[in-house]
Amino acid sequence: MSSSLLLSKKNSDVTENGTYKHTTSPIVTGTSVLALKYKDGVMMASDCLASYGSLARFRNVRRLQPIGTHTILGASGEISDFQFIQNQFEGLMLKEHVEDGQKLETSSIYRYLSNVMYGRRSKVDPLWNKYIVAGVEPSKNNNIFLGFVDLYGTTYQSSVMATGFGAHIALPIMRKYAEPRADSLTEEEASKILDDCMRVLYYRDARSFNKIQKAKVTAQGVEISEPYSLSTNWDFAESIIGYGS
Amino acid sequence: MDKNILKEIVGEHEGGFSFANAKRNEYLTQNGGVMPNATKTGTTIVGLIYKDGVVLGADTRATAGTIVADKNCAKIHYITPNIYCCGAGTAADTEFTTNIVSSQLALHSMNSGRQAHVSTAMTLLKQYLFRYQGHVSAALVLGGVDINGPHLYTVYPHGSTDKLPFVTMGSGSLAAMAIFESRFKPNMERDEAVELVKDAIESGIFNDLGSGSNVDVCVITKDKVDYLRNYAKPNERVPKLKSYKFARGTTAIISETVRKFNSVKDEDAMEVV
Amino acid sequence: MSTEIQNAAKSHAGRWEPYVDNGGTSLAIAGPDFCIIASDTRQSEGYSINTRYDSKVHQITDKVLFATSGYSADGKKLAENIKIQAEKYLDKNDKIIQAPSIAQMTSIIMYQKRFFPYYVFPILAGLDGEGKGCVFSYDPVGNMERVGFQVYGSASALIQPFLDNQVGLKHQENVDKNRTLSKQEAFDLAIDSFTSATERDIYTGDYLEIYTVDSTGIHKEVRTLKFD
Repeated sequence: MSSSLLLSKKNSDVTENGTYKHTTSPIVTGTSVLALKYKDGVMMASDCLASYGSLARFRNVRRLQPIGTHTILGASGEISDFQFIQNQFEGLMLKEHVEDGQKLETSSIYRYLSNVMYGRRSKVDPLWNKYIVAGVEPSKNNNIFLGFVDLYGTTYQSSVMATGFGAHIALPIMRKYAEPRADSLTEEEASKILDDCMRVLYYRDARSFNKIQKAKVTAQGVEISEPYSLSTNWDFAESIIGYGS
Repeated sequence: MDKNILKEIVGEHEGGFSFANAKRNEYLTQNGGVMPNATKTGTTIVGLIYKDGVVLGADTRATAGTIVADKNCAKIHYITPNIYCCGAGTAADTEFTTNIVSSQLALHSMNSGRQAHVSTAMTLLKQYLFRYQGHVSAALVLGGVDINGPHLYTVYPHGSTDKLPFVTMGSGSLAAMAIFESRFKPNMERDEAVELVKDAIESGIFNDLGSGSNVDVCVITKDKVDYLRNYAKPNERVPKLKSYKFARGTTAIISETVRKFNSVKDEDAMEVV
Repeated sequence: MSTEIQNAAKSHAGRWEPYVDNGGTSLAIAGPDFCIIASDTRQSEGYSINTRYDSKVHQITDKVLFATSGYSADGKKLAENIKIQAEKYLDKNDKIIQAPSIAQMTSIIMYQKRFFPYYVFPILAGLDGEGKGCVFSYDPVGNMERVGFQVYGSASALIQPFLDNQVGLKHQENVDKNRTLSKQEAFDLAIDSFTSATERDIYTGDYLEIYTVDSTGIHKEVRTLKFD
């Protein structure tokens, strides 16, 4: 099973000098994913853009994927690698269900993904993504889980997290307004903080897009919103005249 | 002087600046040469325009690589009585660049009998930095109030400028801009403006490893400047648990020589010849 | 300390660099019948903090801890592998593996990846078979040494000379060289080391996990460092 999970060498491109061609830079990419814990669970946001370099290539891409009943996977980075992972999870969840009658919970999904990511980096053939795994674990007294893993296999868990440009722009906002109150934050407050962060990202991240999705996981399960747009304000623009004197 | 002699000394050089040294340095580094390590202010600096003037802000950490070189340095530099300038980049470059412009403007003010314009300071800075093609690594936030009202600029190391109602610079610029973008409003009151600048700097201090320690703030209005050095100190050091005083005699004495001096008393009184 | 590995990786021109430095500092001090192990909990990348709390100290047995620094993913995987082997030992021999054995095993596990090393600077510490405090330190390819105390990580150059002086009593005349630190002294020394390193090393900070291992077991304390 494990050999088929990882990209087999037969499928890799073999170059003229007999070496294998691996991903050396991402091609079609998604930008930031944001996530935070709140009172009843965990919430996540991302936009719907897949960029081809600086071209806004695909404008209706969903980067928040439900896995099982109580987990969402948020992906940034190479979209094809994300689709490969989605495909792996589809097979894995089915297999677990059919063979063991089990539904994998968030921390197991996170551990599986982390091992795949570290395994691929150890083959020096990474999956060029940063993932956020979020969920609620019914068998563990509805424990709220939020974990990060990237192309290096680097992992951490925290009550707020962001990938890509969001780690620079949105994380400071979430650390200030959400992290100290992760246990008491209401759904409305959590939702507003994420909207504010996504708005700032839209203002400042040149690879972002004002068509976003938000998802939440509570004890009741996963809920992913349809894409929507945020209000923006460009009034200040007319007061700016030139760049000097 | 004979023009040909001058030509011999200077060579066929077309005038303008020579970047031969920059090229040489690049060549040396490529071949294993090591350049001296300059102190950088891996910084958060910000500025905004409010109802009555300009508020500038800066953190106080200076770094040399991954080591904190100075825990409480001042990054808001004086330009003229009505203009101040925050500096990010190589500490020496920001210090000297602002000093040179400050001195030029002082002479200009004495010569013209007029208060300096912020745009003049900005123009002098950008012309100076452009001449050095980015080799003088000074990234600046320039703010002040003059006859035309409050002004706020950013000046980049290559000499480009921006004129905006709120700006941030340095390695913590994104963390600080996140706070500005989500909370800035035009025509704020002084207290609100200072609080926003403090929060923006603290965002840099806590989220960017290149920034740290304290918050410096400078409020410039039409007739007054409030330089609020260490306006906030969110990172006080905790006291050490143990004492590290060494007992007398701990330091090794490698050799000891005792030389006896005669005291004046033992000698005869000065003889008068 | 990481330059050798970085240079080796760079020599594969154009290839993706499979290592990152996540910063952080770990420390261990052995006493006659105890051991102090401490690590900060900041995980960083470049100028960013990933998280303020990511534990770098892993428990191997009821007497032995494993502290890491360097590349976090390798550190966690290495600790996991050591733990798996320690559990296998228990299953096979029906007794708990002792510190010197884990130490030797760790060295072997690390050397097995000699040409694609774990980019980790590990410290294995706890109580040995006789109940004495022990510290084993390694380089990334498995060179091992039993020492009295060790600091590894981003602030090692700041703290190690301090411990050489305060624990090893180096450069001190007229002191009893046989003097050993009390548990409390060693504990306070670990805290002072970290509060001081936090002042000057940008990669060390946030929280401090301090473990005391003695005949009564493993005791953990968490202190706050600075967040800047």
